[in-house]
Amino acid sequence: MLPVLVPLIAAALGLFAWRSGTAQRLIAIAASAVLLAVGIVLLVVVERDGIQTLQVSGWPAPFGITMVADLFSAILVVLTGVLAVAIVLYSTATIDGARERFAYYPLTMVLLAGVTGTFLTGDLFNLYVWFEVLLIASFVLLALGGERAQLEGALKYVALNLIASATLLVTIGVIYGLTGTVNLADLSLRFSEVEPDALVAAVAAMMLIAFGIKAALVPLYFWLPASYHTPPVAVSALFSGLLTKVGIYALVRVFTLLFAEQAADFQPLLLVVAALTMIIGVLGAVAQHEMRRLLSFHIISQIGYLVMGLALFTVSAMAGLIFFLVHVALAKSTLFLVAGSVKHLTGSFELARTGGLWVLKPGLAVLFGIAAMSLAGIPPFSGFLAKLALIEAGLAVDQVLIVLIALGVSLLTLYSMLKIWNAAFWKPHPMDLEPLPDGSVAVTPERVAETRLALAMVLPIVLLVSCSVALTVLAGPVFELVDAAAVQLMDPAVYIDAVLGGAP
Amino acid sequence: MTVMLAVVIGILFAAAVYLMLRRSVLKLALGLSLLANAANLVIFVAAGLTRGEPPLVAEGSTAPPPGAADPLPQAMVLTAIVIGFSVLAFTLTLMHRVYQEGGSDDVDDLSEADIQ
Repeated sequence: MLPVLVPLIAAALGLFAWRSGTAQRLIAIAASAVLLAVGIVLLVVVERDGIQTLQVSGWPAPFGITMVADLFSAILVVLTGVLAVAIVLYSTATIDGARERFAYYPLTMVLLAGVTGTFLTGDLFNLYVWFEVLLIASFVLLALGGERAQLEGALKYVALNLIASATLLVTIGVIYGLTGTVNLADLSLRFSEVEPDALVAAVAAMMLIAFGIKAALVPLYFWLPASYHTPPVAVSALFSGLLTKVGIYALVRVFTLLFAEQAADFQPLLLVVAALTMIIGVLGAVAQHEMRRLLSFHIISQIGYLVMGLALFTVSAMAGLIFFLVHVALAKSTLFLVAGSVKHLTGSFELARTGGLWVLKPGLAVLFGIAAMSLAGIPPFSGFLAKLALIEAGLAVDQVLIVLIALGVSLLTLYSMLKIWNAAFWKPHPMDLEPLPDGSVAVTPERVAETRLALAMVLPIVLLVSCSVALTVLAGPVFELVDAAAVQLMDPAVYIDAVLGGAP
Repeated sequence: MTVMLAVVIGILFAAAVYLMLRRSVLKLALGLSLLANAANLVIFVAAGLTRGEPPLVAEGSTAPPPGAADPLPQAMVLTAIVIGFSVLAFTLTLMHRVYQEGGSDDVDDLSEADIQ
């Protein structure tokens, strides 16, 4: 419960400190640090004592509101904490005064509360409510600032996500009608008794659509590249690290817990969706020349790998999925933050207008290099291990085609990362550029060399990259952890016992 | 009653989809609100409709009388209505801002942030 309360309390405190930007910043940083600490404690406790449950206000499950933390949730809460610390720090250096005055930090905190709430809830209807909490916060964060592109992006984002929410709500209604409960553990028991199977399959398909929109699976992804590149880069980093992953989390949760029997029927569909998501995402990225747009398309491509893990539906695939999720959230956010720093240095996200940073800012180049190679899956970085785990899982069940696609997409990922590398870091700084339509003139290399990156801009990137490297160095223990989490996921009986069984 | 509500839900969904497919941004908002209401009705109907009997536990017994209305879906619908209302308010504000900035309520004119 504490991981949810911390950011909520911080949001409230931040609102009290409405007039003072400094106070809001300090509260946000402190709250993120506490969130990370609480997350780690939760992970340790869950790892030692098994699944933790909390029956809110003492009503026993399945009647009350249940919060559940199994290993998967706990890992994701820690991940949220890490990203929160990094991104709030980065925000202090990059978010302008106007946004700060209009409750940027409290909103971020509400978003974090929504995300952790979604990870920890043990109840389908509360899942919807937490989703709405994080959506509303994200709507405002996306539109905050009121630039025209932002507003238009936000409009599409809002419209499609509301449709997804309505679908989810209908699904919950039908599920309640079928079973008379919304507690996930209770549902898991009841679903095996529900006749006819066709209705269950229909419900599963509707869930897939509702969460598929939120996770940006391929036929449903159009809102993402239209909106993610519009807000300030700290917001993009936060969204890319967490929001689509929440959709994936929800899919994994309902498919392992509720629709485990249907998973085999959905496998072909999920595999096709995974393949298309990977391919279309990466092709979209290859075609882009603006860093944020390019990275937005990469989010979609990476989601494809996660769906692949879900589609394979074996313990090793789930372990790969969890590892990949952690890795990709770290790498993706890093890349967005680096893009923000590049923009700060060169004044542009357009690849044609950047360059020479390898000479001018070698430190930043190294950080970008690690994150980019990790994303593309070059050994020895974490992306390589994550993809290796997924690919081994694929080969283990003879899904050769999806494995080949995954490998091919890796190559294209590498290509598009090289594109950023070449354009922003390797090639000489572009000279005598035409002024942009908005009148801003290109910066000279001297200006770039003189511009210092604030500590708050570098530190988060270093933090995220070192977490990413730590994933590789500590791969043994980490894999033990995700394996345990995957075993827990694939065996709903443990979860059900923890929620409905003895008193916590 | 259930059948009639089912028809109403169908009409609401159809109207919502029709409105959302129009090019006007305002109609998109109306469509979204209809969609939310239709979803609320689905919960209401799916949980089963009963007449009368409030779900109050009489003194001395431990369960509500048989045939009482199920309070849980009503609580859920209430939550969903509140959420839907606040989201609609936000959407309308956002649309107003878009209209102010862009000077048009045609979706086709909102291409600045599009995939190019």
